[in-house]
Amino acid sequence: MAAITLIEAVTAALAHELEHDKEVILFGEDVGKNGGVFRATDGLQATYGEDRVIDTPLAESMIAGLAVGMAAQGMKPVAEMQFMGFIFPAMEHIVTQVARMRNRTRGRLTMPMVIRAPYGGGIHAPEHHSESTEALFAHIPGLKVVIPSNPSRAYGLMLAAIRDPDPVIFLEPKRVYRIVKHEVEDNGEEYPLEACFVDREGKDITLISWGAMMHETLQAAEKLAADGIDAEVIDVATVSPIDMETILESVRKTGRVCVVQEAPKSGSIGSEIAAEIAEHAVMSLLAPIGRVSGYDTVMPYYKLEKQYMPTVDRILDEAKRIMEYK
Amino acid sequence: MTTTTVASFEIKHHQYLDADGQPTQELPAFAKDMDKMRSLYRDMALLRAFDAKTYALQRTGKMGTYPASLGQEAIGIGYGDCLTAEDVVVPYYRSTGGLLKHGVTMKEILQYWGGDEGGSDYSVAKEDFPICVPIGNQIVHASGVAKAIQIRKQKRAVVTEIGEGGTSEGDFYEGVNVAGVWNLGVVFMINNNQWAISVPSEIQTACETYAQKAIAAGVEGIQVDGNDIIAVRQVAEYAFEKARNGGGPTVIESVTYRLCDHTTADDASRYDDANVKDQAWKNEPMVRLRKYLEANNAWTEADEEAMNAENAKKVEAAVEEYMAIPKPGPELMFDHLYEELPESTKPQREEAIRRAGGAK
Repeated sequence: MAAITLIEAVTAALAHELEHDKEVILFGEDVGKNGGVFRATDGLQATYGEDRVIDTPLAESMIAGLAVGMAAQGMKPVAEMQFMGFIFPAMEHIVTQVARMRNRTRGRLTMPMVIRAPYGGGIHAPEHHSESTEALFAHIPGLKVVIPSNPSRAYGLMLAAIRDPDPVIFLEPKRVYRIVKHEVEDNGEEYPLEACFVDREGKDITLISWGAMMHETLQAAEKLAADGIDAEVIDVATVSPIDMETILESVRKTGRVCVVQEAPKSGSIGSEIAAEIAEHAVMSLLAPIGRVSGYDTVMPYYKLEKQYMPTVDRILDEAKRIMEYK
Repeated sequence: MTTTTVASFEIKHHQYLDADGQPTQELPAFAKDMDKMRSLYRDMALLRAFDAKTYALQRTGKMGTYPASLGQEAIGIGYGDCLTAEDVVVPYYRSTGGLLKHGVTMKEILQYWGGDEGGSDYSVAKEDFPICVPIGNQIVHASGVAKAIQIRKQKRAVVTEIGEGGTSEGDFYEGVNVAGVWNLGVVFMINNNQWAISVPSEIQTACETYAQKAIAAGVEGIQVDGNDIIAVRQVAEYAFEKARNGGGPTVIESVTYRLCDHTTADDASRYDDANVKDQAWKNEPMVRLRKYLEANNAWTEADEEAMNAENAKKVEAAVEEYMAIPKPGPELMFDHLYEELPESTKPQREEAIRRAGGAK
């Protein structure tokens, strides 16, 4: 067993599925010889050949549309969008075809595919490389939207995403691609989709996050512990559909809840979680629901990105406000 | 200044029968087979009868919005006659002819346009795509299907259709381009019927032809007289054989004229010039084929009457089947969303069923 980073875990999962399922085909811009601009497909073309790991022309709508055609033939395409900021030409296919084909044909043609995209801020990237637009996809029935927060989860969730009979938008938090290593056994064991993970048990407040923000959220929980506040921390992981049972169970226990996300606040995954809690567990709440999020403005170019993104301090401030509410 | 020409192109136009049904050149073998030509004529007439009936159903509230193929029957029937069961059709909304030729039933097509996705659950042609409504998506899907076929080393062709207006979409170029780069076995049919709803062809492109759009993708582009089924079938046969045998993609522009409204929701008299349309009627595909058959003593007025009666019966039978389809139950909104409905959506399914008074 080796300690690997999140991106190495992605590569390991892709390699595992290429090795064990001949219907799995990887393609996208620069995924071949170059191994992807972040190296997620490093070495895979050399091992599995140019028919399995394919460099495409530079056209995102085409990449998504090709995946539709290949999936309709029973293949399991794993398509890479180089950055989430460039996924928008593909939105037409994702919304009008990928999410709907099973329903449009009453189950005759299905879309067992994964569309991968690195996303999120914090790496001093060019404009349009740092947004968190996961809610756009979560709003579309027929898709599943999965965001791993650490190496083990990247491995297990990617396996599950590829094996899933329905389309999965797999968003990779690129800021944490290489910041931690986990011991991950390459044993082909998947993690369940549609399940939240309770990463820290606590009784006083529930902190809910996903992706890169899980790291700040867990750090905040440790600091709260030093102040005698026992926080439970949930990694949502699959942001659509959401495992609300796990979240509600925790909220009913703690009575206090704060959602932490990098995305803008309005119309977000955090909004949806807050609404579900209000709908199903409002009587368990001891304080109003809190949300720590990106601001409702354009994701800034990198000089200001640190001011835009939630920090441990912002999480602590909001958690303490919730704890002090009477 | 000295320059060298590094690339040049020409586009060939193919026509075998003129508007009077007179051969303009030596005909291919199939065109001399009068049984084959009668059968193509009957197929075109059936499509026209089906369209007319569907229009009537819409006007009497028994059908949703429907796009007819009036004037361009030679295209779908022409290429459709070249299909094998293993080929894949990736249709747009005016592909009724091709779909019928590939075994999709009139009942299924009625069911679809009658507002029920169940019509796209084809009983045969199970790998064909449902009708593509967003313009141009189907072009890229066809290339994706062909890529799967290429990876599996199968000998199957993929055919897709688009209007001339649709070639202004990015997806058109993206799909044809990748087919060129990867040498995919796709036949891209551009049906140039002169109109994208109300926008005439000259507002879509500065090109002399739509076929030449293939050239920028390194793909062979051919123009045919889309009202001449012999030309359509001959060129399609060439392109399908090429596609099945590793020869790569072909773009075929069929020049025709939309003699009907864009759909039942359109009124072409708002923009189409009646004189131009009258002229187009003289050029339409069925009259010339009938003249050709008659000139070869292969068709009579009695044949025409018998065929019309037979086609009316077939269409009527399909309409009866269509009208007998029960209204889909509300559970169908949910049952094919995912392989397994998420827990969080199950209560909504139950509510929809309860409010509708039960599942079907």
